[in-house]
Amino acid sequence: MTESNQATIQAILTELQDKKGALLPILHAVQNALSYIPPESVPTIAAALNLSRAEVHGVISFYHYFRDTPAGKHTVRICRAESCLAMEGGALETHIKEKLGVDYHETTSDGHFSLEAVYCLGNCACSPAIQIDNDIHGRVSPEGFDEIIAELGASV
Amino acid sequence: MSITVYVPCDSSAVSLGADRVANAIAQEAQKRGIEINLVRNGSRGMYWLEPMVEVATEKGRIAFGAVNKNDVASLFDADFLHGGSHALSLGITEDLPYFKKQQRLTFARVGITNPVSVDDYIAHDGYRGLKNTLALSQADVVKQVSDSGLRGRGGAAFPTGIKWNTVLNTPSEQKYIICNADEGDSGTFSDRMIMEGDPLVLIEGMTIAGLAVGATQGYIYLRIEYPHAYGILNEAIANAYAANYLGDNIQGSGRAFHLEVRQGAGAYVCGEETSLMESLEGKRGLVRFKPPLPAISGLFGKPTVVNNVISLASVPIILDKGGDFYRDFGMGRSRGTLPLQLAGNLKHPGLVELAFGVTLREILYDFGGGSATGRPIRSVQVGGPLGAYLPESQFDTPLDYEAFTEIWAVLGHGGIVAFDDSVDMAEMAKYSMEFCAEESCGKCTPCRIGSTRGYEVMTDIVNKRDLDKNIPLLRSLCDTMLNGSLCALGGMTPYPVLSALNHFPEDFGLSAE
Repeated sequence: MTESNQATIQAILTELQDKKGALLPILHAVQNALSYIPPESVPTIAAALNLSRAEVHGVISFYHYFRDTPAGKHTVRICRAESCLAMEGGALETHIKEKLGVDYHETTSDGHFSLEAVYCLGNCACSPAIQIDNDIHGRVSPEGFDEIIAELGASV
Repeated sequence: MSITVYVPCDSSAVSLGADRVANAIAQEAQKRGIEINLVRNGSRGMYWLEPMVEVATEKGRIAFGAVNKNDVASLFDADFLHGGSHALSLGITEDLPYFKKQQRLTFARVGITNPVSVDDYIAHDGYRGLKNTLALSQADVVKQVSDSGLRGRGGAAFPTGIKWNTVLNTPSEQKYIICNADEGDSGTFSDRMIMEGDPLVLIEGMTIAGLAVGATQGYIYLRIEYPHAYGILNEAIANAYAANYLGDNIQGSGRAFHLEVRQGAGAYVCGEETSLMESLEGKRGLVRFKPPLPAISGLFGKPTVVNNVISLASVPIILDKGGDFYRDFGMGRSRGTLPLQLAGNLKHPGLVELAFGVTLREILYDFGGGSATGRPIRSVQVGGPLGAYLPESQFDTPLDYEAFTEIWAVLGHGGIVAFDDSVDMAEMAKYSMEFCAEESCGKCTPCRIGSTRGYEVMTDIVNKRDLDKNIPLLRSLCDTMLNGSLCALGGMTPYPVLSALNHFPEDFGLSAE
């Protein structure tokens, strides 16, 4: 682990480790800072919380949101749930995968976009919906998606 | 005096460009030297009109929608600030039929106030329920909630008063209130609208719950998919602390309640209350065996109230106006109102709060306006991804917990997702099994293995392979999942699967018989 990652994680542990049920807040803070949870950081986090490495690894791998590899510059999340399916969400999903040239849990070769699935963004009255980083987009057409990623500097 | 202009900060409105509209209005006003007071309110819930801009006038608030940022200059040209006429003018917001026909109790303030302003909240009847709570005994507060007939709005419809009473009567040095804000059901967004549009009503409801049962710490377990709600909730909580509505000495009463928001991490099963508590404790979200009930031994082994956002947000009006007032709405054993969420293929999707008893058909056509595509509505899923699919012949069912149970369906959290006649119901059944396989926590075998086997069998059925063997196999598998699963995820996945099979057999390669 790089020294700067080490320092980041140490600072997060110092701030949060005494909270009740601290593990999820710690993992969120690490992923917010580094875009992922480095596998090398698991022993440090486990030691701080008096947990086994297996317990920490188990939590990271249980939750869809946590990742153990670096994310692309932007993460695109496609809603796969029923309301979006009722509004051409399936066609949008196919388009996005083709456009980015990646499947779920993959990152484009230029490191610009990671693609993930999500089951409902609570934007069901504006289906189909996607999320890019923290921004939610509603009533997204294939052309609309192309415009959004062009604004984000897509080279595809 | 400057004119007040409202542009929603609700994330669905923002997903359609509300931030860009708000910026354009602020810039245009500055350019023209007009002083305005720009308020970011919640959404009124008429999403086909979002971004919907409102202007406060002497006649009431006048709405314009759906506004694109490119419309802003022409709105100023038409003097929209004084209600001038414009192609996007909708008239007085509260006279719009979609809005006027509703019975808004829990959503009384959503879309009206500045969500994070304690002053605005109080000016619109906020914190009156808490004031009454501080003057009542704990047992009397619980009695008001019991008398109201309020049942858990998360989906299980368990009487809220009974839960509270159990926690009140379980002695412990520490108790907890948990708000289940893991609104993972697809087709639902009422929790999100409360948290973004009137977070203080949730904070007040949780404070009342804490005082009623003797809990001093509350947690809001919020799904990670709601980043906007996270920001707004934290701002509202900070403001409530600053105004002494949270803390060690609430309004000088000497009584304490503290509140913190915790984020989930994308696991649907964490909406199940015991799995949620495991997650809050920092563990994998595995479902716990019951008993013990959370009300006896819940978070960190302490007595815990776990209620849904809408349940808790309905508490302030019950304590303000009395349990009887709330109970007078509704039908049968379903008392009060239910915020319905109209989603999927509908012309007018949005939030409709009504007393129980209205029929599905009225909701779909009188409010929803029929399908967005103009084709016939063929199937409707009510109650999230674990809810049954209903065919047109069941659209006259009243929205009532018991009436839905009778037709082997659920109301759940009030989500309604409509599909037109282009839907393939066998594909939807396959999707339900895939979703269950993806989200199963893995603790019990019927759900963990059954969902994967179910996905395989459904794949065969969709490909019309060995139907005479695979259809009985699917039914047998669903029977095992229904009766053998530990929680509703495995236990209710058969609802969408079997209802699709029973009501739409032609999509499964069977004759309509």
